[in-house]
Amino acid sequence: MLKILKYSIYDLLRSRWSYVYFIFYLMLSFSLFFLNNDIDKAIITLMNVIVVLTPLIGTIFGVMYYYSSKEFTELLLAQPIKRSKIFMGQYIGISLSLTLSLVLGIGIPFVIYGLFKSAAVFDFTLLLVVGAFLNFIFVALAYNIALSINNKIKGFGYAILMWLTFAVIYDAVFMGLLIHYNDYPLDQFTLIATMLNPIDLSRILILLKLDASALLGYTGAFLQSFYGTSMGLIVSLSALSMWIVLPILRMRSKLKKKDF
Amino acid sequence: MIEIKNLHKKFGKLTVLEELDLTINKGGIFAILGPNGSGKTTLIKCILGMVIPNKGEIVLDGKSILKKWEYRNNLNYLPQIANFPGNLSVIELLKMVKNLRPKESNEKELIELFGLTPFLNKKLGNLSGGTKQKVNLVLTFMFDSELIILDEPTTGLDPIALIHLKELIAKEKEKGKTILITTHIMSLVDEMADEIVFLLDGKIYFKGSVDSLKKQTEQENLEHAIANLIEKQYQTATTK
Repeated sequence: MLKILKYSIYDLLRSRWSYVYFIFYLMLSFSLFFLNNDIDKAIITLMNVIVVLTPLIGTIFGVMYYYSSKEFTELLLAQPIKRSKIFMGQYIGISLSLTLSLVLGIGIPFVIYGLFKSAAVFDFTLLLVVGAFLNFIFVALAYNIALSINNKIKGFGYAILMWLTFAVIYDAVFMGLLIHYNDYPLDQFTLIATMLNPIDLSRILILLKLDASALLGYTGAFLQSFYGTSMGLIVSLSALSMWIVLPILRMRSKLKKKDF
Repeated sequence: MIEIKNLHKKFGKLTVLEELDLTINKGGIFAILGPNGSGKTTLIKCILGMVIPNKGEIVLDGKSILKKWEYRNNLNYLPQIANFPGNLSVIELLKMVKNLRPKESNEKELIELFGLTPFLNKKLGNLSGGTKQKVNLVLTFMFDSELIILDEPTTGLDPIALIHLKELIAKEKEKGKTILITTHIMSLVDEMADEIVFLLDGKIYFKGSVDSLKKQTEQENLEHAIANLIEKQYQTATTK
Protein backbone atom coordinates (compact mmCIF):
# COMPACT_ATOMS: atom_id res chain seq x y z
CA MET A 1 0.00 0.00 0.00
CA LEU A 2 2.86 2.36 0.82
CA LYS A 3 4.16 2.08 -2.73
CA ILE A 4 0.80 3.03 -4.21
CA LEU A 5 0.51 5.84 -1.68
CA LYS A 6 3.95 7.09 -2.62
CA TYR A 7 3.15 7.16 -6.32
CA SER A 8 -0.26 8.81 -5.90
CA ILE A 9 1.31 11.58 -3.85
CA TYR A 10 4.15 11.87 -6.35
CA ASP A 11 1.67 12.04 -9.21
CA LEU A 12 -0.49 14.65 -7.43
CA LEU A 13 2.43 16.78 -6.33
CA ARG A 14 3.31 17.21 -9.96
CA SER A 15 -0.18 18.20 -10.92
CA ARG A 16 -0.79 21.88 -11.49
CA TRP A 17 -3.95 21.87 -9.38
CA SER A 18 -2.14 21.00 -6.16
CA TYR A 19 -0.11 24.19 -6.61
CA VAL A 20 -3.10 26.31 -7.56
CA TYR A 21 -4.77 25.12 -4.38
CA PHE A 22 -1.64 25.74 -2.31
CA ILE A 23 -1.10 29.24 -3.73
CA PHE A 24 -4.75 30.11 -3.18
CA TYR A 25 -4.47 29.34 0.55
CA LEU A 26 -1.10 31.07 0.71
CA MET A 27 -2.46 34.28 -0.77
CA LEU A 28 -5.66 34.16 1.22
CA SER A 29 -3.93 33.76 4.57
CA PHE A 30 -1.19 36.25 3.73
CA SER A 31 -3.75 38.92 2.98
CA LEU A 32 -5.82 38.00 6.02
CA PHE A 33 -2.91 38.07 8.44
CA PHE A 34 -1.20 41.16 7.12
CA LEU A 35 -4.19 43.31 6.25
CA ASN A 36 -6.04 42.45 9.40
CA ASN A 37 -4.79 43.24 12.86
CA ASP A 38 -7.27 41.13 14.73
CA ILE A 39 -5.95 37.57 14.64
CA ASP A 40 -9.24 36.11 15.92
CA LYS A 41 -11.14 37.68 13.07
CA ALA A 42 -8.58 36.42 10.59
CA ILE A 43 -8.97 32.92 11.95
CA ILE A 44 -12.77 33.13 11.76
CA THR A 45 -12.59 34.26 8.14
CA LEU A 46 -10.13 31.48 7.37
CA MET A 47 -12.42 29.01 9.09
CA ASN A 48 -15.40 30.14 7.03
CA VAL A 49 -13.40 29.55 3.88
CA ILE A 50 -11.91 26.25 5.04
CA VAL A 51 -15.12 24.57 6.22
CA VAL A 52 -16.79 25.18 2.87
CA LEU A 53 -13.88 25.03 0.44
CA THR A 54 -11.91 22.02 1.75
CA PRO A 55 -14.94 19.72 1.42
CA LEU A 56 -15.61 21.02 -2.09
CA ILE A 57 -12.04 20.60 -3.26
CA GLY A 58 -11.76 17.22 -1.53
CA THR A 59 -14.93 16.03 -3.25
CA ILE A 60 -13.90 17.25 -6.69
CA PHE A 61 -10.32 15.98 -6.42
CA GLY A 62 -11.57 12.63 -5.14
CA VAL A 63 -13.99 11.93 -7.99
CA MET A 64 -11.67 13.46 -10.58
CA TYR A 65 -8.71 11.34 -9.52
CA TYR A 66 -10.78 8.17 -9.45
CA TYR A 67 -12.27 8.62 -12.92
CA SER A 68 -9.15 9.95 -14.61
CA SER A 69 -6.92 7.18 -13.27
CA LYS A 70 -9.41 4.43 -14.03
CA GLU A 71 -7.41 2.72 -16.77
CA PHE A 72 -4.26 2.97 -14.76
CA THR A 73 -6.04 1.47 -11.76
CA GLU A 74 -6.98 -1.42 -14.03
CA LEU A 75 -3.32 -1.91 -14.83
CA LEU A 76 -2.57 -1.98 -11.11
CA LEU A 77 -5.41 -4.44 -10.51
CA ALA A 78 -3.68 -6.90 -12.83
CA GLN A 79 -0.51 -6.70 -10.71
CA PRO A 80 0.04 -8.88 -7.68
CA ILE A 81 -1.41 -6.39 -5.20
CA LYS A 82 -4.47 -6.70 -3.03
CA ARG A 83 -7.41 -4.64 -4.28
CA SER A 84 -8.09 -2.81 -1.07
CA LYS A 85 -4.45 -1.75 -0.86
CA ILE A 86 -4.58 -0.05 -4.27
CA PHE A 87 -7.60 2.02 -3.36
CA MET A 88 -6.53 2.78 0.19
CA GLY A 89 -3.17 3.92 -1.16
CA GLN A 90 -4.85 6.26 -3.65
CA TYR A 91 -7.32 7.53 -1.06
CA ILE A 92 -4.66 8.35 1.52
CA GLY A 93 -2.47 9.82 -1.21
CA ILE A 94 -5.11 12.33 -2.34
CA SER A 95 -6.12 13.25 1.20
CA LEU A 96 -2.52 13.72 2.30
CA SER A 97 -1.51 15.85 -0.66
CA LEU A 98 -4.57 18.08 -0.20
CA THR A 99 -3.80 18.36 3.49
CA LEU A 100 -0.24 19.27 2.63
CA SER A 101 -1.43 22.11 0.36
CA LEU A 102 -3.66 23.34 3.17
CA VAL A 103 -1.12 23.09 5.97
CA LEU A 104 1.65 24.74 3.98
CA GLY A 105 -0.63 27.34 2.41
CA ILE A 106 -1.88 28.54 5.77
CA GLY A 107 1.10 27.54 7.87
CA ILE A 108 3.79 29.53 6.04
CA PRO A 109 2.10 32.96 6.47
CA PHE A 110 1.31 32.00 10.05
CA VAL A 111 4.95 31.27 10.85
CA ILE A 112 6.19 34.34 9.02
CA TYR A 113 3.72 36.49 10.89
CA GLY A 114 5.31 35.15 14.06
CA LEU A 115 2.25 33.77 15.72
CA PHE A 116 3.94 30.82 17.29
CA LYS A 117 4.36 32.57 20.57
CA SER A 118 0.84 33.90 20.71
CA ALA A 119 -2.14 32.21 22.32
CA ALA A 120 -3.72 31.86 18.92
CA VAL A 121 -1.53 28.86 18.26
CA PHE A 122 -4.11 26.47 19.75
CA ASP A 123 -6.97 27.86 17.71
CA PHE A 124 -4.79 27.73 14.69
CA THR A 125 -3.80 24.11 15.28
CA LEU A 126 -7.46 23.20 15.72
CA LEU A 127 -8.18 24.89 12.40
CA LEU A 128 -5.55 22.76 10.67
CA VAL A 129 -6.73 19.56 12.37
CA VAL A 130 -10.31 20.26 11.35
CA GLY A 131 -9.18 21.07 7.79
CA ALA A 132 -7.27 17.79 7.62
CA PHE A 133 -10.32 15.89 8.93
CA LEU A 134 -12.54 17.51 6.30
CA ASN A 135 -10.09 16.51 3.56
CA PHE A 136 -10.04 12.88 4.66
CA ILE A 137 -13.83 12.80 5.15
CA PHE A 138 -14.80 14.28 1.83
CA VAL A 139 -12.26 12.41 -0.27
CA ALA A 140 -13.61 9.20 1.35
CA LEU A 141 -17.19 10.19 0.56
CA ALA A 142 -16.20 11.12 -3.00
CA TYR A 143 -14.45 7.76 -3.47
CA ASN A 144 -17.57 6.01 -2.23
CA ILE A 145 -19.67 7.78 -4.82
CA ALA A 146 -17.16 7.18 -7.62
CA LEU A 147 -16.88 3.48 -6.76
CA SER A 148 -20.66 3.08 -6.86
CA ILE A 149 -21.32 4.98 -10.09
CA ASN A 150 -19.57 3.98 -13.30
CA ASN A 151 -20.79 6.93 -15.34
CA LYS A 152 -18.33 9.78 -14.90
CA ILE A 153 -20.78 12.65 -15.44
CA LYS A 154 -23.35 11.10 -13.12
CA GLY A 155 -20.72 10.45 -10.48
CA PHE A 156 -19.54 14.03 -10.68
CA GLY A 157 -23.11 15.27 -10.34
CA TYR A 158 -23.83 13.14 -7.28
CA ALA A 159 -20.55 14.19 -5.68
CA ILE A 160 -21.34 17.89 -6.08
CA LEU A 161 -24.85 17.26 -4.81
CA MET A 162 -23.37 15.52 -1.77
CA TRP A 163 -21.19 18.54 -1.03
CA LEU A 164 -24.09 20.92 -1.59
CA THR A 165 -26.21 18.88 0.81
CA PHE A 166 -23.68 19.12 3.63
CA ALA A 167 -22.62 22.70 2.94
CA VAL A 168 -25.95 24.35 2.19
CA ILE A 169 -29.09 22.20 2.04
CA TYR A 170 -28.56 20.53 5.41
CA ASP A 171 -28.27 23.89 7.14
CA ALA A 172 -31.34 25.24 5.39
CA VAL A 173 -33.46 22.25 6.46
CA PHE A 174 -31.96 22.41 9.96
CA MET A 175 -32.76 26.10 10.23
CA GLY A 176 -36.28 25.52 8.96
CA LEU A 177 -36.86 22.85 11.61
CA LEU A 178 -35.46 25.07 14.35
CA ILE A 179 -37.77 27.92 13.39
CA HIS A 180 -40.80 25.67 12.93
CA TYR A 181 -40.39 23.91 16.26
CA ASN A 182 -39.34 27.06 18.04
CA ASP A 183 -41.64 26.38 20.99
CA TYR A 184 -40.06 23.06 21.89
CA PRO A 185 -36.78 22.45 23.68
CA LEU A 186 -34.37 21.80 20.84
CA ASP A 187 -31.03 21.53 22.64
CA GLN A 188 -30.60 17.79 22.27
CA PHE A 189 -31.84 17.90 18.70
CA THR A 190 -29.39 20.66 17.83
CA LEU A 191 -26.54 18.76 19.38
CA ILE A 192 -27.30 15.56 17.48
CA ALA A 193 -28.02 17.41 14.23
CA THR A 194 -24.62 19.11 14.34
CA MET A 195 -22.93 15.75 14.90
CA LEU A 196 -24.52 14.35 11.75
CA ASN A 197 -22.94 16.92 9.47
CA PRO A 198 -19.14 17.07 9.42
CA ILE A 199 -19.12 20.64 8.10
CA ASP A 200 -21.38 21.92 10.88
CA LEU A 201 -19.46 19.96 13.45
CA SER A 202 -16.16 21.47 12.31
CA ARG A 203 -17.56 24.97 12.25
CA ILE A 204 -19.01 24.76 15.75
CA LEU A 205 -15.87 23.16 17.10
CA ILE A 206 -13.79 26.14 15.97
CA LEU A 207 -16.34 28.82 16.84
CA LEU A 208 -16.62 27.58 20.38
CA LYS A 209 -12.86 27.51 20.80
CA LEU A 210 -12.77 31.12 19.71
CA ASP A 211 -15.22 32.10 22.46
CA ALA A 212 -17.57 33.38 19.82
CA SER A 213 -20.37 31.26 21.24
CA ALA A 214 -21.93 34.31 22.84
CA LEU A 215 -23.10 35.20 19.35
CA LEU A 216 -25.09 31.99 19.24
CA GLY A 217 -27.41 32.88 22.11
CA TYR A 218 -28.90 30.33 24.46
CA THR A 219 -28.22 27.38 22.15
CA GLY A 220 -24.67 28.62 21.86
CA ALA A 221 -24.34 28.54 25.60
CA PHE A 222 -25.75 25.04 25.66
CA LEU A 223 -23.42 23.89 22.90
CA GLN A 224 -20.54 25.56 24.69
CA SER A 225 -21.40 23.65 27.84
CA PHE A 226 -21.08 20.44 25.82
CA TYR A 227 -18.38 21.01 23.19
CA GLY A 228 -16.43 23.42 25.40
CA THR A 229 -15.40 20.67 27.78
CA SER A 230 -12.62 18.24 27.00
CA MET A 231 -15.29 15.53 26.97
CA GLY A 232 -17.07 17.48 24.24
CA LEU A 233 -13.86 17.80 22.26
CA ILE A 234 -13.24 14.06 22.50
CA VAL A 235 -16.81 13.25 21.46
CA SER A 236 -16.73 15.61 18.50
CA LEU A 237 -13.32 14.45 17.30
CA SER A 238 -14.55 10.86 17.50
CA ALA A 239 -17.65 11.88 15.56
CA LEU A 240 -15.36 13.31 12.88
CA SER A 241 -13.31 10.10 12.96
CA MET A 242 -16.47 8.08 12.44
CA TRP A 243 -17.08 10.16 9.34
CA ILE A 244 -13.80 8.77 8.01
CA VAL A 245 -14.12 5.22 9.32
CA LEU A 246 -17.64 4.50 8.08
CA PRO A 247 -17.03 5.56 4.44
CA ILE A 248 -13.79 3.55 4.44
CA LEU A 249 -15.61 0.46 5.69
CA ARG A 250 -18.22 0.87 2.98
CA MET A 251 -15.47 1.37 0.40
CA ARG A 252 -13.84 -1.91 1.43
CA SER A 253 -17.06 -3.90 1.31
CA LYS A 254 -17.91 -2.34 -2.07
CA LEU A 255 -14.48 -3.28 -3.41
CA LYS A 256 -14.99 -6.95 -2.60
CA LYS A 257 -17.87 -7.16 -5.06
CA LYS A 258 -16.92 -4.62 -7.70
CA ASP A 259 -16.12 -5.51 -11.31
CA PHE A 260 -13.57 -3.52 -13.27
CA MET B 1 -3.08 -25.14 -16.79
CA ILE B 2 -6.31 -23.18 -16.44
CA GLU B 3 -9.54 -24.93 -15.58
CA ILE B 4 -12.77 -22.97 -15.68
CA LYS B 5 -15.88 -24.68 -14.40
CA ASN B 6 -19.49 -23.58 -14.70
CA LEU B 7 -18.66 -19.87 -14.85
CA HIS B 8 -21.56 -17.42 -14.64
CA LYS B 9 -21.41 -13.66 -14.88
CA LYS B 10 -24.26 -11.19 -15.07
CA PHE B 11 -24.01 -7.42 -15.32
CA GLY B 12 -27.38 -6.28 -14.04
CA LYS B 13 -29.92 -8.10 -16.19
CA LEU B 14 -27.43 -8.84 -18.94
CA THR B 15 -25.98 -12.35 -18.83
CA VAL B 16 -22.46 -12.23 -20.25
CA LEU B 17 -21.07 -15.64 -19.34
CA GLU B 18 -23.30 -18.66 -18.85
CA GLU B 19 -22.27 -22.14 -17.69
CA LEU B 20 -18.88 -21.67 -19.28
CA ASP B 21 -16.50 -24.63 -19.02
CA LEU B 22 -13.02 -24.33 -20.46
CA THR B 23 -9.72 -26.09 -20.01
CA ILE B 24 -6.55 -24.53 -21.33
CA ASN B 25 -3.47 -26.71 -21.26
CA LYS B 26 -0.02 -25.46 -20.45
CA GLY B 27 2.01 -24.10 -23.33
CA GLY B 28 0.87 -22.66 -26.64
CA ILE B 29 -1.05 -19.76 -28.10
CA PHE B 30 -4.78 -19.67 -27.58
CA ALA B 31 -6.87 -17.19 -29.52
CA ILE B 32 -10.10 -16.20 -27.81
CA LEU B 33 -12.44 -15.06 -30.55
CA GLY B 34 -16.04 -14.02 -30.82
CA PRO B 35 -18.23 -11.18 -32.05
CA ASN B 36 -18.42 -7.92 -30.11
CA GLY B 37 -20.04 -8.39 -26.75
CA SER B 38 -19.58 -12.15 -26.69
CA GLY B 39 -17.82 -12.06 -23.32
CA LYS B 40 -14.14 -12.29 -24.32
CA THR B 41 -12.93 -9.45 -22.15
CA THR B 42 -15.17 -10.53 -19.27
CA LEU B 43 -13.70 -14.03 -19.40
CA ILE B 44 -10.17 -12.64 -19.34
CA LYS B 45 -11.00 -10.27 -16.51
CA CYS B 46 -12.44 -13.15 -14.52
CA ILE B 47 -9.10 -14.95 -14.82
CA LEU B 48 -7.36 -11.75 -13.72
CA GLY B 49 -9.65 -11.31 -10.75
CA MET B 50 -10.88 -7.93 -11.98
CA VAL B 51 -14.39 -9.20 -12.60
CA ILE B 52 -15.90 -11.33 -9.85
CA PRO B 53 -18.05 -14.18 -11.25
CA ASN B 54 -21.50 -14.86 -9.81
CA LYS B 55 -20.95 -18.60 -9.86
CA GLY B 56 -18.28 -21.08 -10.85
CA GLU B 57 -14.66 -21.87 -10.22
CA ILE B 58 -11.37 -20.90 -11.83
CA VAL B 59 -8.39 -23.10 -11.05
CA LEU B 60 -4.86 -22.21 -12.07
CA ASP B 61 -2.25 -24.95 -11.69
CA GLY B 62 -4.44 -26.80 -9.21
CA LYS B 63 -5.26 -23.82 -7.02
CA SER B 64 -8.45 -21.79 -6.96
CA ILE B 65 -7.72 -18.15 -7.77
CA LEU B 66 -10.99 -16.51 -6.77
CA LYS B 67 -10.45 -13.80 -4.12
CA LYS B 68 -6.69 -14.38 -4.28
CA TRP B 69 -4.04 -11.99 -5.54
CA GLU B 70 -0.63 -13.63 -5.13
CA TYR B 71 -1.07 -15.74 -8.28
CA ARG B 72 -0.90 -12.58 -10.39
CA ASN B 73 2.85 -12.48 -9.78
CA ASN B 74 3.08 -15.26 -12.35
CA LEU B 75 0.79 -13.62 -14.89
CA ASN B 76 1.34 -10.79 -17.39
CA TYR B 77 -1.58 -8.82 -18.75
CA LEU B 78 -1.84 -6.35 -21.61
CA PRO B 79 -5.01 -4.26 -21.20
CA GLN B 80 -7.07 -3.13 -24.17
CA ILE B 81 -6.73 0.62 -23.60
CA ALA B 82 -3.38 1.93 -22.50
CA ASN B 83 -3.92 5.01 -20.41
CA PHE B 84 -1.32 5.98 -17.87
CA PRO B 85 -1.04 8.87 -15.43
CA GLY B 86 -0.08 11.83 -17.60
CA ASN B 87 2.27 13.33 -15.03
CA LEU B 88 4.70 10.39 -15.00
CA SER B 89 7.44 9.84 -17.55
CA VAL B 90 7.92 6.51 -19.31
CA ILE B 91 10.96 5.59 -17.23
CA GLU B 92 9.15 6.46 -13.98
CA LEU B 93 6.23 4.25 -14.94
CA LEU B 94 8.55 1.34 -15.73
CA LYS B 95 10.33 1.82 -12.42
CA MET B 96 7.05 1.95 -10.58
CA VAL B 97 5.71 -1.28 -12.05
CA LYS B 98 9.07 -2.96 -11.41
CA ASN B 99 8.89 -1.72 -7.86
CA LEU B 100 5.43 -3.26 -7.45
CA ARG B 101 6.64 -6.59 -8.76
CA PRO B 102 9.85 -7.72 -7.16
CA LYS B 103 10.86 -9.94 -10.04
CA GLU B 104 13.57 -10.10 -12.70
CA SER B 105 12.81 -7.90 -15.68
CA ASN B 106 14.39 -7.34 -19.09
CA GLU B 107 12.91 -3.99 -20.02
CA LYS B 108 16.13 -2.67 -21.63
CA GLU B 109 15.97 -5.15 -24.47
CA LEU B 110 12.31 -4.39 -25.10
CA ILE B 111 12.80 -0.62 -25.01
CA GLU B 112 15.38 -0.98 -27.73
CA LEU B 113 13.26 -3.41 -29.72
CA PHE B 114 10.35 -0.96 -29.88
CA GLY B 115 12.59 2.09 -30.32
CA LEU B 116 11.38 3.76 -27.15
CA THR B 117 14.74 5.17 -26.00
CA PRO B 118 14.00 8.75 -27.19
CA PHE B 119 10.69 8.72 -25.31
CA LEU B 120 11.98 7.51 -21.94
CA ASN B 121 11.98 10.92 -20.28
CA LYS B 122 8.83 12.18 -21.99
CA LYS B 123 5.61 12.52 -20.02
CA LEU B 124 3.12 9.76 -20.75
CA GLY B 125 0.41 12.33 -21.37
CA ASN B 126 2.28 13.62 -24.42
CA LEU B 127 2.74 10.26 -26.18
CA SER B 128 0.74 9.14 -29.21
CA GLY B 129 -1.62 6.17 -28.98
CA GLY B 130 0.76 3.82 -30.76
CA THR B 131 3.72 4.78 -28.57
CA LYS B 132 1.61 4.28 -25.46
CA GLN B 133 0.72 0.83 -26.73
CA LYS B 134 4.44 0.09 -27.13
CA VAL B 135 5.04 1.14 -23.53
CA ASN B 136 2.14 -1.10 -22.62
CA LEU B 137 3.82 -3.99 -24.45
CA VAL B 138 7.12 -3.40 -22.65
CA LEU B 139 5.28 -3.45 -19.30
CA THR B 140 3.65 -6.73 -20.25
CA PHE B 141 6.61 -8.61 -21.65
CA MET B 142 9.35 -7.42 -19.30
CA PHE B 143 8.52 -10.02 -16.66
CA ASP B 144 9.05 -13.72 -17.01
CA SER B 145 5.67 -15.32 -16.22
CA GLU B 146 3.98 -18.61 -17.04
CA LEU B 147 0.75 -17.07 -18.27
CA ILE B 148 0.49 -14.10 -20.63
CA ILE B 149 -2.86 -12.53 -21.46
CA LEU B 150 -3.07 -10.06 -24.35
CA ASP B 151 -6.26 -8.10 -24.96
CA GLU B 152 -6.19 -6.64 -28.50
CA PRO B 153 -2.39 -6.34 -28.58
CA THR B 154 -2.18 -4.91 -32.11
CA THR B 155 -4.18 -1.71 -31.50
CA GLY B 156 -2.40 1.30 -32.96
CA LEU B 157 0.87 -0.47 -33.79
CA ASP B 158 2.85 0.29 -36.92
CA PRO B 159 3.90 -2.63 -39.19
CA ILE B 160 7.42 -2.88 -37.75
CA ALA B 161 6.18 -2.95 -34.17
CA LEU B 162 3.64 -5.55 -35.24
CA ILE B 163 6.41 -7.80 -36.60
CA HIS B 164 8.35 -7.37 -33.35
CA LEU B 165 5.24 -8.24 -31.37
CA LYS B 166 4.73 -11.42 -33.36
CA GLU B 167 8.37 -12.39 -32.79
CA LEU B 168 7.99 -11.72 -29.08
CA ILE B 169 4.89 -13.89 -28.86
CA ALA B 170 6.60 -16.69 -30.80
CA LYS B 171 9.63 -16.49 -28.50
CA GLU B 172 7.49 -16.75 -25.39
CA LYS B 173 5.71 -19.74 -26.87
CA GLU B 174 9.04 -21.48 -27.43
CA LYS B 175 9.79 -21.04 -23.76
CA GLY B 176 6.66 -23.06 -23.03
CA LYS B 177 4.47 -20.18 -21.90
CA THR B 178 0.71 -20.16 -22.12
CA ILE B 179 -0.50 -17.16 -24.12
CA LEU B 180 -4.11 -16.05 -24.39
CA ILE B 181 -4.91 -13.50 -27.11
CA THR B 182 -8.12 -11.75 -28.02
CA THR B 183 -8.09 -10.01 -31.36
CA HIS B 184 -10.16 -9.14 -34.39
CA ILE B 185 -7.17 -9.49 -36.74
CA MET B 186 -7.72 -12.89 -38.30
CA SER B 187 -4.37 -13.02 -40.09
CA LEU B 188 -2.65 -12.88 -36.70
CA VAL B 189 -4.74 -15.80 -35.49
CA ASP B 190 -4.15 -17.79 -38.68
CA GLU B 191 -0.43 -17.22 -38.42
CA MET B 192 0.13 -17.78 -34.73
CA ALA B 193 -2.66 -19.53 -32.85
CA ASP B 194 -2.40 -23.18 -31.88
CA GLU B 195 -5.95 -23.31 -30.78
CA ILE B 196 -9.08 -21.24 -31.19
CA VAL B 197 -11.67 -20.72 -28.47
CA PHE B 198 -14.76 -19.23 -30.04
CA LEU B 199 -17.18 -17.55 -27.67
CA LEU B 200 -20.79 -16.83 -28.56
CA ASP B 201 -23.43 -15.51 -26.17
CA GLY B 202 -21.27 -16.30 -23.17
CA LYS B 203 -20.65 -19.93 -24.07
CA ILE B 204 -17.85 -21.81 -25.78
CA TYR B 205 -19.17 -22.39 -29.28
CA PHE B 206 -16.06 -23.94 -30.74
CA LYS B 207 -12.71 -25.06 -29.37
CA GLY B 208 -10.03 -26.62 -31.50
CA SER B 209 -7.21 -25.98 -33.95
CA VAL B 210 -7.42 -23.56 -36.86
CA ASP B 211 -7.42 -26.46 -39.32
CA SER B 212 -10.25 -28.29 -37.64
CA LEU B 213 -12.29 -25.08 -37.69
CA LYS B 214 -11.68 -24.70 -41.40
CA LYS B 215 -12.64 -28.32 -41.96
CA GLN B 216 -15.78 -28.09 -39.86
CA THR B 217 -17.04 -24.98 -41.65
CA GLU B 218 -15.78 -26.17 -45.07
CA GLN B 219 -13.95 -22.91 -45.62
CA GLU B 220 -10.42 -22.33 -46.89
CA ASN B 221 -9.99 -18.97 -45.28
CA LEU B 222 -10.09 -18.41 -41.52
CA GLU B 223 -11.93 -15.12 -41.82
CA HIS B 224 -14.72 -16.82 -43.73
CA ALA B 225 -14.75 -19.75 -41.36
CA ILE B 226 -15.31 -17.40 -38.42
CA ALA B 227 -17.93 -15.45 -40.37
CA ASN B 228 -19.57 -18.77 -41.12
CA LEU B 229 -19.73 -19.58 -37.41
CA ILE B 230 -21.32 -16.25 -36.57
CA GLU B 231 -23.73 -16.49 -39.50
CA LYS B 232 -25.00 -19.89 -38.38
CA GLN B 233 -25.74 -18.39 -35.01
CA TYR B 234 -27.65 -15.52 -36.63
CA GLN B 235 -29.70 -17.98 -38.65
CA THR B 236 -30.63 -20.16 -35.68
CA ALA B 237 -31.49 -17.01 -33.76
CA THR B 238 -33.87 -15.82 -36.45
CA THR B 239 -35.53 -19.21 -37.01
CA LYS B 240 -36.12 -19.59 -33.27
